[in-house]
Amino acid sequence: MNLRRDVFQAIADPTRRAILLLVASQSMTAGAIAANFDTARPTVSKHLQILTECELLKQEQNGREIYYHINAKKMKEVADFIEPFRKIWDDRFNKLEAIMKNFKSK
Amino acid sequence: MEQKTKVNAEEGKQELVITREFDLPLEQLFKAFEEPGLFEQWMGTKVLKMENKKHGSYAFETVHNGNVVFKANGTIHEFVKNEKIIRTFEMENTDFPVQLEYLEFEKLTDNISKLTMHIVFKSVEFRNKLLKMPFSQGINMAHNRLQEIANKLK
Repeated sequence: MNLRRDVFQAIADPTRRAILLLVASQSMTAGAIAANFDTARPTVSKHLQILTECELLKQEQNGREIYYHINAKKMKEVADFIEPFRKIWDDRFNKLEAIMKNFKSK
Repeated sequence: MEQKTKVNAEEGKQELVITREFDLPLEQLFKAFEEPGLFEQWMGTKVLKMENKKHGSYAFETVHNGNVVFKANGTIHEFVKNEKIIRTFEMENTDFPVQLEYLEFEKLTDNISKLTMHIVFKSVEFRNKLLKMPFSQGINMAHNRLQEIANKLK
């Protein structure tokens, strides 16, 4: 994997997000994916390369064709990246609530 | 189940919003932010200074096993009881630049109140870095724990 490729940078691009949505429903070849966009084929190839490098997409050889499919494990990891931050505040606020409920009853 | 604490960080924006509804009357919620003794309990940090007034300042410090592990300070720009606190927040000994925080307290019913924390960062990159911090720390902690176990097995 190319270290230059930050997964968050990868999903920051709207075309790449559209590609992920497209491939999420079914595995597709580069050609079939490109057919859904107005952008030039090499541009789409570049996007696919980036998504593959950061492991959001996986390649699968099927006869002469290469199919791209979504890497669900990686996608979940990205979706959850904000969760530990939220959890910290949730824990703090739960504590606040418990302390103040006690405080009130005193 | 709907989550009580929500974090909204829109893509490409150098801000984030944390919201939470509390099963507490507005006055009780605000008190938890106003009184150093209470604040210390839920934030898990020591309050060195807390001047709740316009142009007042505050400082926190967390000590773990005799070492200072977290230190932060800031200036209060506005302090309106049961309504809002506007302050700066700066973590010491880190490369994070100062951030601006708008805390709004709302009464929803007699027994339910809502807090909205709107935090503005110097850049999108610093916001994302802060958001990712607990994520990477979690991974590091898991890794360290594995290492500890591995060492014991030797």
